[in-house]
Amino acid sequence: MSEYTRFLEGSDRDFANAQTLAERLRLDVLLLLPMLAIMTTGLFVLFSASDGDWDTVNRQIRNFLIGLAVLMVVAQIRLDTLQRWAPTLYLGALFLLLLVPFFGVGVKGAQRWLSLGFIRFQPSEIMKIAMPLMVAAWVVRYALPPRPTTTVAALMIIALPAAAIATQPDLGTAILVGASGAFVVFMAGVSWWQIFSGALAALACIWPAWLFLLRDYQKQRIVTLFDPEADRLGAGWNIIQSKTAIGSGGWSGKGYLQGTQSHLDFLPESQTDFIIAVLAEEWGLRGVLLLLLLYGLVVARGLWISLTAQTSYGRLLASAITLTFGVYVVVNMGMVAGILPVVGVPLPFVSFGGTSIVTLLLGFGILSAISAEKRVLS
Amino acid sequence: MARTLDALRDTRREWMINRSRLVVAVLAIIVVLGVLVYRYYSLQIVQHDDFMTQSDRNRIRVEVIPPTRGQIVDRKGRLLAANKPTFVIGVVRERSEDPAALVDTLTERLSLSDRELKAFQERSERRRPFEAVPIKLGLDDAALATVAVDLHQLPGVVVDAKLTRDYPFGEALSHVLGYVGRVSAEDLFELDAERYRSTLHTGKVGLEKRYEPLLHGKPGYQYVETNAHGRVLRVLEKQAPVPGKNLRLYLDLDLQREAVAALGDQRGAVVALDPLTGGVLAMVSNPSYDPNLFVEGISYSDYAKLRGSLDTPLLNRAVQGQYPPGSTIKPLISLGALARDFITPDTEIRDPGWYRLPGDDRRYRDWTLRVRGTGHAETVDLRMAIAESCDTYYYDLAHRMGIDAMAEVLQPFGLGQRTGIDIPGEQDGILPNTDWKRAALGEPWYPGETISAGIGQGYMLTTPLQLAQAAMVLANKGESFVPSVVHRVDDLTVGGVQRPSIPMDEADWQAVVVGMVDVVHSPRGTAAGIARGIGYQIAGKTGTTQVVNIAQDAIYDEDAISERNRNHGLFIAFAPVENPRIVVAVIAENGGGSRAASPVAQRIMDAWLSEASDV
Repeated sequence: MSEYTRFLEGSDRDFANAQTLAERLRLDVLLLLPMLAIMTTGLFVLFSASDGDWDTVNRQIRNFLIGLAVLMVVAQIRLDTLQRWAPTLYLGALFLLLLVPFFGVGVKGAQRWLSLGFIRFQPSEIMKIAMPLMVAAWVVRYALPPRPTTTVAALMIIALPAAAIATQPDLGTAILVGASGAFVVFMAGVSWWQIFSGALAALACIWPAWLFLLRDYQKQRIVTLFDPEADRLGAGWNIIQSKTAIGSGGWSGKGYLQGTQSHLDFLPESQTDFIIAVLAEEWGLRGVLLLLLLYGLVVARGLWISLTAQTSYGRLLASAITLTFGVYVVVNMGMVAGILPVVGVPLPFVSFGGTSIVTLLLGFGILSAISAEKRVLS
Repeated sequence: MARTLDALRDTRREWMINRSRLVVAVLAIIVVLGVLVYRYYSLQIVQHDDFMTQSDRNRIRVEVIPPTRGQIVDRKGRLLAANKPTFVIGVVRERSEDPAALVDTLTERLSLSDRELKAFQERSERRRPFEAVPIKLGLDDAALATVAVDLHQLPGVVVDAKLTRDYPFGEALSHVLGYVGRVSAEDLFELDAERYRSTLHTGKVGLEKRYEPLLHGKPGYQYVETNAHGRVLRVLEKQAPVPGKNLRLYLDLDLQREAVAALGDQRGAVVALDPLTGGVLAMVSNPSYDPNLFVEGISYSDYAKLRGSLDTPLLNRAVQGQYPPGSTIKPLISLGALARDFITPDTEIRDPGWYRLPGDDRRYRDWTLRVRGTGHAETVDLRMAIAESCDTYYYDLAHRMGIDAMAEVLQPFGLGQRTGIDIPGEQDGILPNTDWKRAALGEPWYPGETISAGIGQGYMLTTPLQLAQAAMVLANKGESFVPSVVHRVDDLTVGGVQRPSIPMDEADWQAVVVGMVDVVHSPRGTAAGIARGIGYQIAGKTGTTQVVNIAQDAIYDEDAISERNRNHGLFIAFAPVENPRIVVAVIAENGGGSRAASPVAQRIMDAWLSEASDV
């Protein structure tokens, strides 16, 4: 548009002010459009998954609206402000996280929530945002690539909250939080030999982690991944039913609202973590590929924002947020399809649930802000 | 702070780092995406058929609809074995939060017995998920209203209306119809488990067992869609069951009840056949039992009582009871002897009241010797021998014929072999000869045994049904039919199958029948008492058989020996003589003599012939 208007007579007069509405609101249209498409798709899938329950759909719309409001607010925050406040946010989140074992409220044997009486929230969700902000702020204090001491310190910054979250226990969130920090370190340019030795160290930790860290049900899930038939009606049930739902969808699916696995209650958690199975059953591989395409567009745009960001901080932050978003998608779709252990990771913008949506959109607000500052500065 | 450090940065280098790492990230994303897409492709395209089957198996359940069991009616269409609605209380384990507690509650509310609980556990092991397992059966309307009125509100409890078997005439017909009982684990070895998946009852005894494949019918199926909790949401496809076939019997309910009444308390059996078809008009075995007790499972104490009774009520004497035929076989031996020219109708023997084998001291006494101290008359011919049941005549004849010839002539009458009646459990009886004895006992045949065999004693055993069949041969002068209780299965006639006929001179038949008529109608006949006041002619033959061997020359004193050692009384007969329409065989166990049996037969023939003449 602007390339075109440039050649129109007299158009250069207002060029400095010729900002679109989106630009004025510091919103990245190419990021938000595929995102809104996913949300719309998600609402349709949720409507089916909830057996046509408008109440659920309305609550999800409300979640989206709250999240979008948060996005628009966050998008207005200047990047260096975020960078400045990152340590405070991180330490605050860490503090709350450490309070959880003592004051937390539990659901299904896991203590993840802090209650302020009128509102309950998960400090781990705050950490999802605070982590990349903090790690990025930490590594950009010096020139990139970071020196080994900086890297080790960054890893400590990552490991402490991740371990705290893992012991709540909430393996899914721990992975996401850890990944968001690790992506910053990776993008910062840590040398490959450091990455490989780190990876080896992580592998070496698997055995002690299995022995001391993982709880029985978590081990069960991993065992189930490799042999779901071992306990058909118990631990294997979820994964057998979700694979059946996906597989029976075929190429074109059973038709919208026609999925037998979900509508006849064979599929567990069909509105939340396992919702992709509903889509796969009713819309078939076509629908899955379409959804993956939309996610791909979001990720591509996020990486593009990273590529074109003005500062290293913005670049690191944008890629970490984007890649973490990708991890959401891959872990969720992988676990439902039975190639990854079942950890509690929702499918972004499709799974029902307020907290994760708000956190995700908060991240997208930051992405939007990074994108906006690129243009202003150029 | 950040800003001061920025001055030292090589921004271009940092941008290059970011770019190269982004390239790596994109490559990684492509690989991960490829794995993910391949996984979904593999599930949704490659393994699609398997998962589609799996998905259908999840939701689609085949329910078996039990067929309605065929009913059994008598010759006039009166229901003898009927289907009656009852209520079954079942438990669906999956719908109950605490199945064990639920079973406890039901045990208390329904006062279930240990047996019922055990049967429930047994059934539970064979159940499929979400299947209702019956725990209490056979509740009628009233019981349901008082005991179980609010039970269906408990989660996991299902109250279901079912058809069960009812035998309105109870004991009167139990030995003919038999009974059905719950399908047990053992039954399923014999039955097609798939066809009986939702069938509650199967024939255990009698016609119910014999005609089980026809009575049962073919189950229907319905494919129903269920949710994960097993609740049926809709019927996808339905194939109606084919009801079992109905049996129409030759048996006449009125005659059957007359026969029951005629026997009264007398232990024994009655078989009445239609000589024109071989159809069983009445068949009674006394004592009897109530078949309704067995339908929903008889209690252990009731069963023990029936099993332990000295009177063996569970034994169907008509086809399973094996008795020495006694003198009832004299007409049959006579016919064989006439055919083989051992005698003519005019052959006479001297009768001192006893017989002695040449060169042997032992005296074989005639029954008259015990009663009158003498024989029947100076000389006895065939007619008198039959009419007065002259033992001496047959001792002599048996000796002259020999056991093997005697067995040969009796064999075509069907003695010592199953008749092939459509009631299961029929016994063979024994028609002895030298070969049989060598095979069965490993001993040679002694001449003295031939003498006893001549009056139907010794090793010879027959069932009342075999005697009735033999009487039918006499009535039809050689023609006979395989005895059959069932006339028609739906519209298909199954009765009236002909047996091989016995060709013989009319004169020979006549010579024997004349004697049999005298049995009833001659003043000196052994059943002369029953002829009074009847308007038709009966041809009959009495029999009295010893239960214990009476020592040589001992005086037979009826009162001195216990009731169970008293003689059995037998009687075979057909009437009217010229145009026989009914054949009867009666055995009165320990009745003392044939006078306990012949009036029973007379009463049955009266009832049948008077009714027949009314029509």
